[in-house]
Amino acid sequence: MDVVTLGRLQFGITTVYHFFFVPLTIGLSFLVALMETLYVRSGKEVYLRMTKFWGKLFVINFAVGVVTGIVQEFQFGMNWSEYSRFVGDIFGAPLAIEALLAFFLESTFIGLWVFGWDKLSKGLHAAVMWVVAIGVNVSAFWILIANSFMQEPVGYLLRNGRAEMHDFWALLTNPNMWVMVPHTISAGFATASFFVMGISAYHLLRNQHVDLFKRSFQVAAIVGVSAAVLVALNGHSQAQHIVNSQPMKMAAAEALWKTEEPASFSLLTIGNLSQSGDVFSIRIPRMLCLIAFDQLDCQVLGIYDLQAQYENEFGPGNYIPPVAVIYWTFRIMVGVGFLLIGLALWGVFLVMGDMFEARRNGLRLFVWAIPLPYIANTCGWIMTEMGRFPWAVYGLMKIEDGVSLVVAGGSVLFSTLVYTLVYGLLMAAAIFLWIKFIKAGPEPAPKEQDAEMEMTPSLIGAQG
Amino acid sequence: MSLNTLWFIFIAVLYIGFFVLEGFDFGVGILLPFLSRDSDPQKVDAKRRLMLNTIGPHWDGNEVWLLTAGGATFAAFPHWYATFFSGFYLALLLLLLALIARGVAIEFRSKDDAPRWRSLWDWSIFLGSLVSALLLGVAFGNLVRGVPIDAKMQYVGGFFNLLNPYALLAGVATVVAFTLYGAVFISLKTDGEMRQKAHALMGKLWIASVIVLAALLVFTYFQTDVLARLGADPGVIPIAGMAAMLAAGYFIRKRMEGWSFVMVAIGIAFALVTMFMILYPRVMISSLDPSYSLTITNASSSPYTLRVMTIVTLLFLPLVLVYQAWSYWVFRKRLTTESRMVY
Ligand code: HDD
Ligand code: HEM
Ligand code: HEM
Repeated sequence: MDVVTLGRLQFGITTVYHFFFVPLTIGLSFLVALMETLYVRSGKEVYLRMTKFWGKLFVINFAVGVVTGIVQEFQFGMNWSEYSRFVGDIFGAPLAIEALLAFFLESTFIGLWVFGWDKLSKGLHAAVMWVVAIGVNVSAFWILIANSFMQEPVGYLLRNGRAEMHDFWALLTNPNMWVMVPHTISAGFATASFFVMGISAYHLLRNQHVDLFKRSFQVAAIVGVSAAVLVALNGHSQAQHIVNSQPMKMAAAEALWKTEEPASFSLLTIGNLSQSGDVFSIRIPRMLCLIAFDQLDCQVLGIYDLQAQYENEFGPGNYIPPVAVIYWTFRIMVGVGFLLIGLALWGVFLVMGDMFEARRNGLRLFVWAIPLPYIANTCGWIMTEMGRFPWAVYGLMKIEDGVSLVVAGGSVLFSTLVYTLVYGLLMAAAIFLWIKFIKAGPEPAPKEQDAEMEMTPSLIGAQG
Repeated sequence: MSLNTLWFIFIAVLYIGFFVLEGFDFGVGILLPFLSRDSDPQKVDAKRRLMLNTIGPHWDGNEVWLLTAGGATFAAFPHWYATFFSGFYLALLLLLLALIARGVAIEFRSKDDAPRWRSLWDWSIFLGSLVSALLLGVAFGNLVRGVPIDAKMQYVGGFFNLLNPYALLAGVATVVAFTLYGAVFISLKTDGEMRQKAHALMGKLWIASVIVLAALLVFTYFQTDVLARLGADPGVIPIAGMAAMLAAGYFIRKRMEGWSFVMVAIGIAFALVTMFMILYPRVMISSLDPSYSLTITNASSSPYTLRVMTIVTLLFLPLVLVYQAWSYWVFRKRLTTESRMVY
C-alpha cells in the first residue's frame, strides 16, 4: 500500500474510533447535568444516585475520548503535512480556537466535577456539569467548522500557493456547517438517550433499582424522541444541501448512474454497484425529488454526467467515489434513523402508560438498540468523508497532494498498526469497566447501604 | 511589535504554561513507584491514590496547554507545524502513545481493585510520564540545536538524527527537573508521611537537577548558535534561571515548600524562555544552511489570520487563566492517606 492509502486508512481508523466516544460525550454530558439539576431542585436522593451512576459511565467514556483526540490534533501535521501547509491559514484557526475555547473548558471543569463533590456547593457542582456540557458542544461546533471547510471551502483566497483566510465570518456562516452541526449534535443526543434507555431497560428487566432506572428511562425517552426526530429532519436538510454543494456525493449515495428526471429513490439495489446495470432494484418514483428538493419534479444529475462535468472543470481524472460504500453507508444510516424514531416513540409510550412490567419483550428491544446509533454515526462519517473523494478540500486540493512528503510508508504502516493495537486494548478496557459498572448498578440508597456494605465490601470500595 | 513576533511569544507562552503546569504532573507520575514504597501492599495502594489525587483534578487541563500550543502553531505558523510534525514523526508517535497510556491510566487505575489491573496502569502512568518528559526534552533540544531542513522546508534527517548527545541531555534534564518539581508539588499538597518522604527525596533530586541543568547550559553555548547571535541574545535569563534553581535549594533546606515550588517553576520557565530566545526569529533552525531555516516570516499565516487569532486569544486566554486558577484554589487543601479519597 502506498503512503496515501495508508494515511487515509490511519485517519479513518483513528477518527472513527475517536468518534465512537464523542457522540456519547456530547449527549450524556447534557443528560447528567439535567439529572443533577433535578437533584438540586427536588432534593431527592434518587436523582443524586442517578447522577453518580451515569456520571461514572460518562467519565470512562470521556477519558478515552480525550486521549484519542490528542492523536487527531497531531495527525494533520504528521501524515498530512502538505495539506497542513496548504490550508493551515484557514483550517488551523478553528482547531486552535477549539482548543482555547472548548478543550480548556471541558477538561478543567470535568476535573472540578469528578473531584469536587464535597468541595463545591450542590448548585455550583451541578453548574460545573453544565459548563462541561457546553464546552463539549462548543468543541463540536469548532471542529465541524474545520471539517466543513473541507466539504465546502469558503472565506479563502488562493495566494502564495496556499488557501489563505480572507473572511473569518464566512467560516462561521458556512452553510455546510449549519446543516452539519445540528445533525451531528442531535446524533450525539440520540446516541446518549439510547445508551441510557438500553441500560435502564437491562436493569428494569431484572427488577433492580426500579425507581432509579424508571426515572432515567423517562428522562432519556423524552430527550431521545426529540433527538431522533431532529436527527432525521436535520439529515434531510443536509441531503438537500449536498445535492447542490457536492452533487457527486449524493449521486453516489443513490447509485444514480444516469441523470434522472424525475428522480426516484433507491430502497435497495442488488447487483454490481460499480456499474450502471442494476440487477435488481426497488426504487420509489419521485421520492428523491421529495428528499432533495421538497418537490415532485426535479432533475438529479447522474454519476456519468457529473464525471464529464468535473473533467471539464478540473481536468482528466477519476471523480467517482467508491459508490458501493457511499450507497450502503447512507442506506444503513437512514434505516437506523427511522428505526430510532420508531423505538423512541415506543419508549415514550412505555413511559406514558407505565408499562415496563407488562411489555417486557418490548423493553428488551432497547437493550439491543444500544449499538444502533453507533452504527449510524460511523456510517454517516464514512459517507461524508469518503464521499468527498477525490478531494481533501472540495474542488481545491486532492487527497493525494496532501500527504507528507518526508514520511516513509513504513512509518505510516507501523504507526497505523500500533494505533490499532493500542486502541483495541483501550476499547477492551473501557468495555470491561462499563460492563462491570453497569452490572454493579448504582450505589445503594442510604438505608440499604449498611446491609450491602457487609456483603460486598470490595465492590463498594472500588466504586468509591 | 509585529504580529508575527507576537505569535511567536504566544506560542512560547503556551509551551511554557505547559511545562510549568504539566511538569509537576509528569514528576508525580515518575515518582509514583518510588514515593509509595511500603511493606504493606494496601498502604502502597493508598499512597499511590493519594499521589494521584494531588494531580487528579488538574492533569487534563494542564495537558490542554500542549494541545493549544500545537493548534496555535498550526494556525499561526503552518509550515512550522507541518515540518516539525512530519519530520519528528516517530518521536511524536512515541510521545502520543505515552500520553495516551498515562491519560487513560490515571482515569482507569482505581476503577477496579484487582492487583494486576492496578499494577498495569501504575506502570503506564510511570512509563508514560517518564517517556513524555524525555521526548519533550529531546524535541526541544533538537529545535534549538537545529536539524537538517532543506530548501523546500522539508526535514531530511532520520529518526536517529534526533538522538544526538545534546538533545539527549536536554531530555534527561527535563526528566530530572520534572521529577524534582513533582516532589516539591507533593510536599506542597500532602501532609503526614507522604510530605516527609517527599522532603527526604527533594534534596537529592535538587542536586541532580542543578548538575544536569548546569551541564545543559554550558553545552548549549557549544552546541547551538547562541554565540553567533543569529537569534535573540538571552542575556541574563539563563543565569537568572540557574539562580532560581539555587534559591530553590535554599528554600528546600528551610522546608519552605511554597517558595521552593515557585523557584523551581521559575527555573523551568526561564530555561524555556532561553530556548525560545535562541530560536527567535527562527522557528526551526536548519543545520544545512542558515538560509533554509523556517522563520516567523516565511513560515507564518497571513496577516489577516494572525489578526483574527490575536483577537480571539486576547479575549479568551485571560478567561482560561481565571478558571484554571479557580480550580487550583478549590483544591488547595492538603491531602493525606486519611482524607476521603475520590476516585
Ligand atoms: C462532533 C464532534 C467532534 C469531532 C468531529 C471531533 N471531535 Fe475531538 N472531541 C470532541 C468532539 C469532536 C469532544 C466531544 O469535545 C471530545 C470527546 C471526548 C472529550 O473529552 O471531548 C473530544 C476530544 C478531543 C481532544 C481532547 C481534548 C481534551 O484534552 O480535553 C482533542 C485534542 C480532539 N478531540 C481533537 C479532534 C480533532 C483534531 C478532530 C478532527 C479530526 C476531532 N477531535 C473530531
Ligand atoms: C473536523 C473533523 C474532521 C476532519 C478535519 C477530517 C479530515 C479528514 C482528512 C484530512 C482525511 C484524509 C484525507 C481523505 O481521505 O479524505 C479524512 C479521511 C477520513 N475521515 Fe475525516 N475528518 C474529520 C472528521 C471525521 C470524523 C468525525 C470521522 C468519523 C468518525 C471521519 C472519518 C474519516 C474517514 C472514514 C476517512 C477516510 C476516507 C477515505 O479513505 O477517503 N472524519 N478526514
Ligand atoms: C433519518 C435519516 C437520516 C438522514 C436523511 C441523514 C442524512 C445524512 C446525510 C445526507 C449525511 C452526509 C452529509 C455530508 O456528506 O456532508 C449525514 C451524515 C451523518 N449522519 Fe446522518 N442521516 C440520518 C440519520 C442519522 C442517524 C440516526 C445518525 C446517528 C445517530 C446519523 C449520524 C450522522 C453522522 C455522525 C454524520 C456525519 C457528520 C455529518 O456530515 O453531519 N445520521 N447524514
